[in-house]
Amino acid sequence: MTDTLYLCLSILTMALVTYLVRMLPLAAFRKKVKSQFLLSFLYYVPYAVLSAMTIPGIFFSTGTEVTAATVISASVGFAAALVAAFFNRGLLTVAISACCGVLAAELVMMLIV
Amino acid sequence: MKEKENYSTRAEYFKGFRDGLPIGLGYLSVSFAFGITAVNMGIPPLAAILISMTCLTSAGQVAGIGAIAACGSYVEIALAQLIINLRYSLMSLSLSQKLCAKYSLFHRLTTSFGVTDEVFAVASARPGEVTPPYMYGLITLPYVMWSSGTALGALLGGILPDIVKSALGIAIYGMFIAIVVPPARRFRGVLVVSLLAAALSCAFRFLPFLEPLGGFSVIICTVLAAAAGALIFPKPVEDGEADD
Repeated sequence: MTDTLYLCLSILTMALVTYLVRMLPLAAFRKKVKSQFLLSFLYYVPYAVLSAMTIPGIFFSTGTEVTAATVISASVGFAAALVAAFFNRGLLTVAISACCGVLAAELVMMLIV
Repeated sequence: MKEKENYSTRAEYFKGFRDGLPIGLGYLSVSFAFGITAVNMGIPPLAAILISMTCLTSAGQVAGIGAIAACGSYVEIALAQLIINLRYSLMSLSLSQKLCAKYSLFHRLTTSFGVTDEVFAVASARPGEVTPPYMYGLITLPYVMWSSGTALGALLGGILPDIVKSALGIAIYGMFIAIVVPPARRFRGVLVVSLLAAALSCAFRFLPFLEPLGGFSVIICTVLAAAAGALIFPKPVEDGEADD
């Protein structure tokens, strides 16, 4: 279905575009920004990006297809992560808390249903 | 000015290396899933691995293999990557402000390849400036685990029970939460920006009239929320970090 040349050129295209998008601002922007607005803006970027990607995405992150049960298990995982993060736990601990929350919720639902 | 630049290259590298471990572990599960998905779409395992080794971007790669499986044109493939990955430009721009004075063009050209959502988040959450060895260290494990996870998924996917795969799917988001919540507790600006970005993102997901803009969702939400934050809660200037 896919011949090798097409596959190779497609991968090359993907890699090139993705690299340029990352590299150009980092290579071109050598000066420290002075503007208070731009500094504040750039300071808030990571939090805005991560929040926008997490919500609502996290609610559809468990299971292969989205059902009421997967949204519930994801919500439990979300709550577990929030609690762990609220108490300033590290990245790995919070991530594992989320996974354990999902696992616990799915096990409970398996027992009930 | 100069004496501030002194750091041990090895110590910095290992600091980054350690910080990269949780990212790598998260990537292992995501790239494993990517490998399975790619093979299910009819992409040869070797191609799936090659994509992970050259692109290092989850959402972009999923869109990419979708386009390849549908025999999309090169323009289509390039455009999808551009739109989905445009957020990296903002991240690189933001990161450029944190790099130490010794960060040469060569190091910028090499390390920019590894600027992913998580690498960026961890690097920018780090107090003080970012050095080249720290970035190389930080990128090492995520890169290795992203590539090997893809290989594992592509070559022997389907051996994990569904319930484990399901639980691993949330790991990456758990990490994002760990990065956002602590500063959001301390700074009202971060809290407001995060809530605003989340609300906007929900609007793009659930409001039908915004659907055509879906591909731009993350970048629009980011620009709007961060700009609002910069207007309402300007960050105090003076030596870099407001945190800690």
